Amino acid sequence: MGTMPEDGTRTADGELNPAPNGSLPPTSVDDAVRDAEERRWTPAKIAMWVAIALLGGVAWFMLAVVRGETVNAIWFVFASVCTYLIGYRFYSKVIERYLLKPDDRRATPAEYKADGKDYVRTDRNVLFGHHFAAIAGAGPLVGPVIAAQMGYLPGTIWIILGVVLAGAVQDYLVMFFSMRRGGRSLGQMAREELGVIGGTAALVATLLIMVIIVAILALVVVNALGESPWGVFSVGMTIPIALFMGVYLRYLRPGKVMEVSIIGFVLLMAAIIGGGAVAGTEWGAAFFHLDKVTIAWGLIVYGFIAAILPVWLLLAPRDYLSTFMKIGVIAMLAVAIIVVRPEITVPAFSEFAGRENGPVFSGALFPFLFVTIACGALSGFHALISSGTTPKLIEKERQTRFIGYGGMLMESFVAIMALVAAISIDRGIYFAMNAPAALTGGTVETAAQWVNGLGLAGVNITPDVLAQTASNVGEESIVSRSGGAPTLAVGLAHIMQQFIGGTGMMAFWYHFAIMFEALFILTAVDAGTRVARFMLQDSIGNFAPKFKEASWRPGAWLCTAIMVGAWGAVLLMGVTDPLGGINTLFPLFGIANQLLAAIALAVCMAIAAKRGSFKYLWIVAVPLAFTAVVTITASIHKIFSSVPAVGYFANNAAFSKALADGKTSFGTAKTTAAMEAVVRNTMIQGWLSVIFVVLSIIVMVTAVLATVKAFRNTAAGVPNVNNEDRPHPSRVYAPAGLIPTPAERELMAEWNKLPAEMRVERAGHH
Amino acid sequence: MSAAPGPAGLLHSVAGAFRGFARYVQGVMGADAYRKYLEHHAAEGHGTPPLDERAFWRDRTDRQDSNPQGRCC
Repeated sequence: MGTMPEDGTRTADGELNPAPNGSLPPTSVDDAVRDAEERRWTPAKIAMWVAIALLGGVAWFMLAVVRGETVNAIWFVFASVCTYLIGYRFYSKVIERYLLKPDDRRATPAEYKADGKDYVRTDRNVLFGHHFAAIAGAGPLVGPVIAAQMGYLPGTIWIILGVVLAGAVQDYLVMFFSMRRGGRSLGQMAREELGVIGGTAALVATLLIMVIIVAILALVVVNALGESPWGVFSVGMTIPIALFMGVYLRYLRPGKVMEVSIIGFVLLMAAIIGGGAVAGTEWGAAFFHLDKVTIAWGLIVYGFIAAILPVWLLLAPRDYLSTFMKIGVIAMLAVAIIVVRPEITVPAFSEFAGRENGPVFSGALFPFLFVTIACGALSGFHALISSGTTPKLIEKERQTRFIGYGGMLMESFVAIMALVAAISIDRGIYFAMNAPAALTGGTVETAAQWVNGLGLAGVNITPDVLAQTASNVGEESIVSRSGGAPTLAVGLAHIMQQFIGGTGMMAFWYHFAIMFEALFILTAVDAGTRVARFMLQDSIGNFAPKFKEASWRPGAWLCTAIMVGAWGAVLLMGVTDPLGGINTLFPLFGIANQLLAAIALAVCMAIAAKRGSFKYLWIVAVPLAFTAVVTITASIHKIFSSVPAVGYFANNAAFSKALADGKTSFGTAKTTAAMEAVVRNTMIQGWLSVIFVVLSIIVMVTAVLATVKAFRNTAAGVPNVNNEDRPHPSRVYAPAGLIPTPAERELMAEWNKLPAEMRVERAGHH
Repeated sequence: MSAAPGPAGLLHSVAGAFRGFARYVQGVMGADAYRKYLEHHAAEGHGTPPLDERAFWRDRTDRQDSNPQGRCC
């Protein structure tokens, strides 16, 4: 520790003087001092960690072993928070100490490339919030809800252990390696580390995966807004609100971000309340009552326009609004769950945990639970955020543990809270809401009959309850509102009304929840389309250089149209799917996201191997192996399974055969046209699965080859190629974590004594 | 901050905490970007005057047009 990595070819110019400037205090806590501090266990410290471990242990015992009638939601909070604390304090420390070995004597890109715009040293606590707002969105709010079909325990275990051992590890590693490379993107790192074949496969896979992710996020919004005049009105109003904010910031009062965000927030609340009034009128109910296909087309047209409009007009203001909402919503959810502490009646393992024909999503617990919950446990999409933007803002190398690993723990906590909110509602309502209309029949009577016929323990629901719940939340119906968002909204409304406002406020809370989920998703859709468009332009630019010019309109518009067309096609497939889209397509979303994680971890493994860290390579190899096995098994199920509900090609064959036999309705498809649609969709989905898995296997194989080569090189004493930026000595100091240690405080005091003119300007403000 | 005892001191420290929180949220939202740019500009000691506030924000969003930032799911 403490010396510069010596495995690089660039070490000749990399000798850093520990005190770069004789007049400055040290830029890093002395390694021996830090070591001694970390290894010193005072009785108070021991008592604290014993207490955390005991509380966590009791909480896990209550969740996993005790089988009472109900379990209190507070145990989910204790089990997760205690596990996160232990994972953060002990496991991420192992990763830091033995695998990454950050060095605070080395300047970060924000210091040596400082430009006041993209590369800006940012206070660690601010950057934590900033990074969290960039990684967390609707994903952790939706996946756990859908996975609740299996009972609460499988999802809880995967969210909490998955994040500690895989998800947070991925985010931390990608962020650190990108920071050492001046903030390079995952795609650029893949090309550098894995060569042309691996790099190209990673790029194409990333592009396709983004298309799938955007499409299925859009599907969640469409399902939440279909036949909901209130929702359509209030979510639709976000567009004029954002346009107004954009004009305000550009022309009226530039730079007044907080001011305009508060104005936007007030308008947003007005839109939610006004939505209730509008939906209550006859013309409003008629005008904003749109079916899902219309909404899907609206979203496609909107997506294209939003992606070609200048950023300042729509994207930037909506991003402010979305960030503002994110901070508020997460805090609200946490406070509500801790204050209300709902009793959970859902069993630890449901009747569907051992079957593969669940009504909410198809497939067996292994591997499909692990792809249904992606965000919150392990999300490959984060690798795109953790490389690029955040690394350009980090002040000191050691802060990557707090921001990268810690930020992901926070997202996992959001997923746990979403799970709690969703399982706090009655199980009968859960299944009536999340099963496709083809099963529930779409009316409260048929839905209640179907749910009661499932033979679920303790479930006996009446049509009145379903109708009453719908009327409480201000909707015409809640039957077959699949996609996760409406269920979470009902759960949140159910919890929040006990906290503020009572039953009379349920409709507001429901639409408030739908609003923020839609806002998060639309922001992700816009940004995703834009990022994908640039990737496509860049790739085509290799053959037709004109495409590389971002300002060349025809190229930009054509590439935008291709990307929107691609996700739009998948979205329409989902919307018109007789099984309701989510049931068949959501696993594809998870598989795509986890394959991206596999790609990111594979790149990290190759980099770690080239740094010579073979002894601790398991830190990367274990999550990589796990996600590789899960996604490849899931893909194989999706491709080769003979069960039509699971396998795309089996479904395709069943419908083709029915058509050949001259049947005019088959399974859930009631017309020949619907049957033909199933044949077409399953074929496309099947081949998409094949392409994904093949590309990802190529990336993983090239990463393993790079790792083996690095091992041989090291054994033979040949230096490995080091693609890190040349080290620069740092001239600033800041502590690593949330609370500075005594040694860090001492050093900060030394820096604070420095005359102002000798100090490099401070990063942010505390 | 050292709060004086009594209700005035309490009010003072509550106001201080609120200001700190507001500053934090501003940082997370990126509302302090221009101030940081000015600090950077002053520290670098450029001969040229810095961009004014309007031009800075214009430049900031215009650069995002050709350099999009991902937002996660």
